[in-house]
Amino acid sequence: MSDVREEFLAEAQELIESLSRDLLLLDQAQKEGASEPELVNEIFRAVHTLKGIAGMFGYPTLGALAHSLEDLLDALRLGRVPLSQEVLDVLFEGVEGFQRLLSDSPDVGQFDVDRFVESLGELSATPAPVRDELERYDLDPSVLAVLTEYEEHRLRTNVREGIPLYRLRVRFSLSTIDTHLEDLKRRAKSLAEIITYLPSAGGGEGDDIDLDVLLASKCSFEELREALCDGDAKLSPIPQRDTSPALPEAQSATNPPPLSGAIGPMRVPAEAPVPADISVASDAPPPEKQELSADHLSLRSVANTVRVDIRKLDHLMNVVGELAIVRSAVSRMTERLRGRPELRQLALEIHRINRGFERRLEELQDGILDVRMVPLGQIFDRLARVVRQFAREHDKEVRLIVTGAETEVDKLIVEELADPLMHLIRNAIDHGLESPKVRELAEKPSVGTLVLNAYQKGRHVVIEVEDDGAGMNPRLLIETAVRKNLLSPEAARELSRAEAHNLIFLPGFSTRSSITDISGRGVGMDVVKTNIARLGGVIDVHSEPGAGTKFTITLPVTLAIISALLVRVAGRPYAIPITSVQEAIVLDERAIRTVEGREVLTLRGATLPLCRLGRLFDLPSPQERPSHRFVVVCAVGARRVGFVVDGLEGQQDVVIKALGKSLSMVRGFAGATDLGDQRVALVLDAPALLEEVLTLSELVSPEVRPS
Amino acid sequence: MAAVLIVDDSSAMRAFVRAALEEDLAAEVTEAASGFEALRELPRRAYDVVVADINMPDINGLELIQFMRASEHHRATPVLLISTESSKRDRARGLQVGADAFLSKPFEADALTSLVRDLLSPKEGEAPR
Repeated sequence: MSDVREEFLAEAQELIESLSRDLLLLDQAQKEGASEPELVNEIFRAVHTLKGIAGMFGYPTLGALAHSLEDLLDALRLGRVPLSQEVLDVLFEGVEGFQRLLSDSPDVGQFDVDRFVESLGELSATPAPVRDELERYDLDPSVLAVLTEYEEHRLRTNVREGIPLYRLRVRFSLSTIDTHLEDLKRRAKSLAEIITYLPSAGGGEGDDIDLDVLLASKCSFEELREALCDGDAKLSPIPQRDTSPALPEAQSATNPPPLSGAIGPMRVPAEAPVPADISVASDAPPPEKQELSADHLSLRSVANTVRVDIRKLDHLMNVVGELAIVRSAVSRMTERLRGRPELRQLALEIHRINRGFERRLEELQDGILDVRMVPLGQIFDRLARVVRQFAREHDKEVRLIVTGAETEVDKLIVEELADPLMHLIRNAIDHGLESPKVRELAEKPSVGTLVLNAYQKGRHVVIEVEDDGAGMNPRLLIETAVRKNLLSPEAARELSRAEAHNLIFLPGFSTRSSITDISGRGVGMDVVKTNIARLGGVIDVHSEPGAGTKFTITLPVTLAIISALLVRVAGRPYAIPITSVQEAIVLDERAIRTVEGREVLTLRGATLPLCRLGRLFDLPSPQERPSHRFVVVCAVGARRVGFVVDGLEGQQDVVIKALGKSLSMVRGFAGATDLGDQRVALVLDAPALLEEVLTLSELVSPEVRPS
Repeated sequence: MAAVLIVDDSSAMRAFVRAALEEDLAAEVTEAASGFEALRELPRRAYDVVVADINMPDINGLELIQFMRASEHHRATPVLLISTESSKRDRARGLQVGADAFLSKPFEADALTSLVRDLLSPKEGEAPR
């Protein structure tokens, strides 16, 4: 059943994300004064589904939260509770709760559901008086019998508002029904509200099916027919009874006879007289905001996607790696065959086939990498929610501009990016953007702007987080660093402005004296930098006092294949991810000094601690002493270590394979890789190794110490 | 082997129902993610039981049952309607349009399989399907 549970987790996560997206749309619509019944229903349906599956898969707390929200949403969609900012706040908080409950083990979330449910009680609804508006229309009872509560509510609301009802009979081929349906929804989008679809059993022959679509529309009959009818589609108004004093007079003038005794649902004779003045109610323009939700809906239902466990893709990637090994084995075999004149022709042929195989293999590899890609929009949506929440909590007005959400990155990277980006955004709102009053004094617009931008640049993806806030003062940064002993007064004098900005990435650096709720939590920019480095990325900062700050994160598109520097230690190959390598130099043994019992080099004026990998791994010295050794300088953030190796073998793209469970406690290695020539190399986890080496020697950021 | 069609817009629910029916009843399970998919799937083979969720977008479970009951081919196919305990009204409507059995979420796999087993075995006095 574990597959089934994973299905649950995947669907729950998907539902929470779509909820979050829809809530942001609803928030926007509410601010613009638009009503979005479809969107509210989508949100209700997502919470309803979440409740259903939470109950099934043993997440009672999650279920209870969904249940309480469902009640509120039900009242909302049935019009018993008006949509207000207050209600939206509660809904956003609820989504946050879902996220937390889901990410923890079942039912140990730090989200206080009981308190939340209690606070929901205050918003509780008074039931709306039930009037039987439906009496006005001659609707077939068999239609009314199959409406869900929501559909019935929408029907009543439309009737109450005097919006005429129509029946559209269409015949679709079952094999192409999805396309037809999307087309119909798109065309009806701004003109009419589709209340329900009723499949009709009698009509269709073979592959065809007749559908009765129940619509409410303010458009004129002609307009609607123009927009919706092609081929055999037939539109007819649903007749009203005369006994309704509340009706606009013009509409009750020519009522077609009621359809009592009709066989099928809403079976109006096609030749039913069309009231000429049915368009009276169409004075009001069709609601434009409808488009938001309708677009969104169609996006969701046409999605032709498959959900795949990322481990399955890892497995495929491993198979590709193994195929590459087969390919190089065949290559070597061909070389041997070439040496024998009588087999030369055969060798050439195998060589040609192998080349073709190699090309296909590269295509396969690219294809798998492509499948692992997901749009950054996935986390941008989550971040938008955070921006809204934090801006409100801190009485700041923030306008978020998101661009490049469609930029794709490896799924694993996207997940790991959430925390660092969250931190940058919190920082921007807390430290960067000023309060509206301060901004006005500085003659800036009172609403601050936060830009989240992403784009692809070759094999890298760039993400920018930019605010138009107060910017950073280099002088203050330097003062803080000196006060906290992170920087010597002498070194401080030589810092450029850009270098001063980079001080914020030092461990232990924080410009605020009090830890605020927002960016505090004991995590500093150094952790952001380390997390980005772990993904093989770099982060840069650029700031103009008074004008704002911009963080630029550059990341590899995927983690599955990395570029590595191959080195040799005691006759064995090792791979060091190239993203951690700053440079490699020839080791001058005479230049090594010993400081506090540790070997160091002075490299361009800064002290570089050395670590002999052969000694660290406890390997026997190679029998043949190399004429000269090399130092590979690795850096994570501001910390550097020089790893001493016996030789450099060059750069190569490698597929990293995990070491497996039994070796998972071994630190300092990211995995192993097949070099394709029957050799296996361990891949160094440079950040972890660096940490290990520096902690051992208690040498913290040696560069900024006076040397 | 019993052929069962599951109609639910939640993939987790479909996976749950599928696992239960395949393990306990060795049923041959087909999934439909919407009412429309069910319409497309129904004529493809003779299903012994249809398990449908009541709340689905576009064509809901009630509309699906009404369609089946009016159709020549699917009139007699038993339908198990899945609802939530909160929608008593929908449940009453399900009976009205001709659902054969009900299940409220959350439910145990056993409750599901025993209901489906009942629907599969022909009732007394009725010709076997």
